[in-house]
Amino acid sequence: MIIIITIISAFLFQGLLFAQPSGDEILDRIDKNMSADSRHVISKMVIHGPRVSRTVEAETWSVGDDKSYTEYLSPSREKGTKMLKLEEQLWIFSPSTDRTIQISGHMLRQSMMGSDLSYEDMMDDPNLRSKYDAKVTGSEEFNGTDCWVVESIANAADVTYQKRKMWVDKARYLPLKEELYAKSGTLLKKTELSEIKKIDGRWYPGKIVFKDMLKKGDGTEFIVDDIEFNVKVPEHLLSKAALR
Amino acid sequence: MLKFFIQGILRDRQRSLLPIIVITIGVTIVVLLQTYITGVFDDMIDFNAKFSTGHVKVMSQSYYENMDQIPNDLALLETGELMGEIQDQYPGMSWSERISFGGLIDAPDENGETKAQGPAAGMAIDMISENSPEIERLNLENSIVRGKIPKTSNEVLLSDDFASKLKVSPGDQVTLIGSTMYGAMSITNFTVSGTIKFGVMALDRGGIIADISGIREALDMQDATGEILGYFFDNSYDDLKAIDLSKNFNELHSDSTDVFSPTMVPLRELNNLGSMLDLVGSFSGILIFIFVFAMSIVLWNGGLLGGLRRYGEMGLRLAIGEKKGHIYRSLINESIIIGIIGSVIGTAIGLFFSSLLEKGIDMSGIMQESSMMMSPIFKADITPTAYYIGFIPGVLATIVGTALAGIGIYKRQTAQLFKELQA
Repeated sequence: MIIIITIISAFLFQGLLFAQPSGDEILDRIDKNMSADSRHVISKMVIHGPRVSRTVEAETWSVGDDKSYTEYLSPSREKGTKMLKLEEQLWIFSPSTDRTIQISGHMLRQSMMGSDLSYEDMMDDPNLRSKYDAKVTGSEEFNGTDCWVVESIANAADVTYQKRKMWVDKARYLPLKEELYAKSGTLLKKTELSEIKKIDGRWYPGKIVFKDMLKKGDGTEFIVDDIEFNVKVPEHLLSKAALR
Repeated sequence: MLKFFIQGILRDRQRSLLPIIVITIGVTIVVLLQTYITGVFDDMIDFNAKFSTGHVKVMSQSYYENMDQIPNDLALLETGELMGEIQDQYPGMSWSERISFGGLIDAPDENGETKAQGPAAGMAIDMISENSPEIERLNLENSIVRGKIPKTSNEVLLSDDFASKLKVSPGDQVTLIGSTMYGAMSITNFTVSGTIKFGVMALDRGGIIADISGIREALDMQDATGEILGYFFDNSYDDLKAIDLSKNFNELHSDSTDVFSPTMVPLRELNNLGSMLDLVGSFSGILIFIFVFAMSIVLWNGGLLGGLRRYGEMGLRLAIGEKKGHIYRSLINESIIIGIIGSVIGTAIGLFFSSLLEKGIDMSGIMQESSMMMSPIFKADITPTAYYIGFIPGVLATIVGTALAGIGIYKRQTAQLFKELQA
């Protein structure tokens, strides 16, 4: 009898646990995992080109999705290159030319260092809940994990992707797979999150594979070596003076 | 007999004036169109060959498949060795390595920060080696607006419009932001040695020409190149030769299992120039057909009017026993002479106007948004064909027109002739 009650309770509990939340609730939960007021990340990008693969290491400090500072640590050709993003503008400092170059507008959507990520992808940390309206369109399994299928349409003009389709882990609320679309409906990028870890009480991926659907190649792996959330970002790093 | 016909034509000018005027106008138009369209198409093909396609182009197979994207990550490697082999195997051609590249050109202010920037379409050529044919091939010396041709690998030429937009002058520094052939970010400083006018809107908007050694350094392309262009020594494109050469090269060097192996492509398979070559080839035929058809109808009507006017003459000739076939043939012979006279005059006038058009008509006003690789100056080109092409529709149309109009002779009834003559 106890066994039957336990099984029924467990079944009901699971039902409650995975009761379908609204799209907006799911975005809220994703933001709680992925977004932070500030971050400090040491990362690696493995860019798979047609002939060779390259690994680029970087250290990034960011505040929300408006301010971000990145310094490239290796390889030698990129070492010392710094990028500063303030609002819609991006400055790149190149030590070999001793130049600070400003990149803005559509150039921010260009490939960064030959990867499948754009400058915007690298530096943005969008708060999904505030910029997208979402609805749950189904439930599917992805890589053996039960997921909500969520479609989000942008409600703000300043977003890079007009539509996002996500396969969100029902238990951990992370988009394990995502398809990013342009306003025209063209599929621009696909991402896959893996090596999920619990860091500072939130779930976070150790690896994100980006695939730019408009270019050939095997995609770019973004590997998080170390990440800290809600850290105090040194003030001087978020000004142009930090570039030189 | 010929003298008799010519005297007849000269003495009875009403008989020949209208047909000669019609033929002259038609032949003038044919010659003018032939020289002008040949000139425009030939210029377009020549311009594409010099700036983009060569007469044949060698690339890696995957570069060729993605050529629109300027995929330097798929460039040919170990090109020093490959160039040596090509030069040995095909000594009848001039071979040049080129790298096309895109990127952003950034002009700094006095503090080294961005003053202005714009997207650039670049071409790296051999500009600093002795005996390089590229400067002459691209007519760079004559295209310089300000400054001079680069003498070192870190100097570049900017299109004059682009330089004005960026507010840079010869001697100023600009930075090229692009990506290396391995996909890394490339930021390199160059000095503007001069500005040039390409005469092509697509290039004048954001064109940059650099020495290939400087771009190899910037894009990490040592011993690599995007394209190897081959030119026939007489600078004139020979389609059949180019196709044969490409077949031969691909048999020797291409490997269908290796997407990075080289492939040679003739001009006709690049920049959609094949259809243009075919059009140029068939253009004379189309022109002749249209004008033979149009002028024949006019001359048919002219012949009918002439037949009415010469009704009595024909009747008399028939009445004194001249055979209908003989009269018909004499009319045809007359028409041949009229056709030749009209064609000579028309060809002379057509060639005169064509020679005026050899300087060209500047269409830059209506081509400002054009991205086609072609000069906005449309020029006529007088080729040997221009001297005879007008004679074909000129003579043929008079024969056809007269032959149709002259059929009426066979409808005349001998029994009626004297009654008609009395009347």
